[in-house]
Amino acid sequence: MNILRKKSATNLPFSETAIELFIRLCGISSIIFVFGIFFFVFREGAGFLFNGLDLGQFLTSVEWQPTSLNNKRYGAFALIVGTFSVTTLAMCIAVPFGLGAAIFVSEFCSSKLRETFKIVIELLAAIPSVVWGFIGLTLMNQLIIKVFNAPIGLTMLNGSIMLALMSVPIIVSIAEDALKAVPDSYREAAEALGATRWQVVYRVLLPAAKNGLLAAVLLGAARSIGETMAVLMATGHSVNIPSGPLSWIRTLTATIAAELGEVARGDEHYQVLFIIGILLFTITFAVNLIADLVIKGIRQES
Amino acid sequence: MNTDMQASPQTMFTETEISKQKRWTENVMRIFFLVMTSLMILPLLLIVGYLLYKALPVLSLEFLFTNPKDNMRAGGLWAPFLGTIYLVVVSLLVSAPIGVFAAVYLNEYARESWFTRITNLAVVNLAGVPSIVHALFGVGAFVLFAGLGESILAASLTLAIMTLPVIIASTTEALKAVPMSFREACWNLGATRWQTIRRIVIPNSISGILTGVILQVSRAAGETAPIMFTGAVFYKNIAEGNLFAYNITEQCMALSLHLFTISTQVPDVTEGVPYGTAVVLVGSVLLVNAAAIVLRVYLRTRKKW
Repeated sequence: MNILRKKSATNLPFSETAIELFIRLCGISSIIFVFGIFFFVFREGAGFLFNGLDLGQFLTSVEWQPTSLNNKRYGAFALIVGTFSVTTLAMCIAVPFGLGAAIFVSEFCSSKLRETFKIVIELLAAIPSVVWGFIGLTLMNQLIIKVFNAPIGLTMLNGSIMLALMSVPIIVSIAEDALKAVPDSYREAAEALGATRWQVVYRVLLPAAKNGLLAAVLLGAARSIGETMAVLMATGHSVNIPSGPLSWIRTLTATIAAELGEVARGDEHYQVLFIIGILLFTITFAVNLIADLVIKGIRQES
Repeated sequence: MNTDMQASPQTMFTETEISKQKRWTENVMRIFFLVMTSLMILPLLLIVGYLLYKALPVLSLEFLFTNPKDNMRAGGLWAPFLGTIYLVVVSLLVSAPIGVFAAVYLNEYARESWFTRITNLAVVNLAGVPSIVHALFGVGAFVLFAGLGESILAASLTLAIMTLPVIIASTTEALKAVPMSFREACWNLGATRWQTIRRIVIPNSISGILTGVILQVSRAAGETAPIMFTGAVFYKNIAEGNLFAYNITEQCMALSLHLFTISTQVPDVTEGVPYGTAVVLVGSVLLVNAAAIVLRVYLRTRKKW
């Protein structure tokens, strides 16, 4: 082999250089796509965002009347409240179960049982969102009508239960990773002092893993905020400030999904839907960023 | 974790009041957490069981191989099923190479630096972008800007970008599992970086990479929102039994969108049809996932190092 070739990388054969270039390009593709997503969504909505849309009204008004003939209103406040209330309720259901399951899987169960549980959780995560929506529309709808004697079961509660089931797998897997990252010496030290398994979990593991658990909850919430089909089908889809779990709501995501098909390109209404998209992108980006920083935080500490 | 703590103490010690109480709380907590976990398994069984039970009257091979008819109130699933296959295959052709090579870059080429950190952050954020925002991106970039129109191609590209993080994540994991000594041995023989990757790293991690690809398929098959406005259409009539009935520059039906349509937009659908559609969708997705799990378990048993 040529000795010169080993000396400098520029003497590599052409095919090698080409493939390296291609690999590098693929490597940065995620960055390109994230910027691309922001750019193209922004591009469609920018005209109306800077010229015409009353941003104050958009963020605070509850009047969402994009199709009205002489009194068009683009107030997304009810949609924002809808998204956050359904997500909050979903997290109230999902977090206890998710963290409980994570604690059980990582601390209380045999390795065989753990594998089984993990497979089930993986399968639960694989069920498509439109199927969750369909379950909400049929099974959960009837269940809520029967249990709460409600006139209609397509409510915030219904959507929250569906979102909870969808985000539990994320919470479990990230929370379990966080618990596993706590060094075994912590557990051994606590057990040597006579602590029961539960005392170890409660006094040692939870405080030690709190950042990872927080990240798990945040990522679960981000998933719920971005979920579209399930909330579109299960929450009743009507603009409303909810008064309780049994009132119907409408979310940011569902609004885009329901209305984008009916607007003409370049229309104000069309652009407002893209502005909602920018809002959603920003919210989930921020939540993901915070979760990532929280996780990185623990890694640097340990 | 260690189970010796449960070893019955009676043989050596008489149980004190305190250790009795400890054993009791321990058991209560164990059962409490077991119940919490089981409550998550229950819905999976319940849902699959309920869907199957309701769908039984319509499920048959004929259901899969005939077109929807009577304004989608009856008939089978041929057109949507084939459409989903088209969308999945085309998106896979795009996202598999990009995803695998992106993971190769992150794991084999990139050094620890702020730039790598940003790239990893971008992957995480790409996975976190809501599906409906991917749809808006697909409309803005592929349908309008690239001029593809609403077509299988535009929808598949949107799906491909959306599912990219799935492939990157599992490929990275597979590549990391290849011991460093394998690479070092290869470099010492004078191989270049790419030769090492092609001859040593990828062959030794191919099954892990395949698992990621399989998971991408399952994810892409189930998505609805990203294809709604980029290429999937409520109804399209195609020839039954012809595998090449769609053209990738045209629109297609899709299973997930079909389920949404017939359960919310079409009145008086024959009782079992939406359930049958849901069963076929969930069934295919779970089957694909099960394949990935089997592959992974099989892998673990025959690992060489």
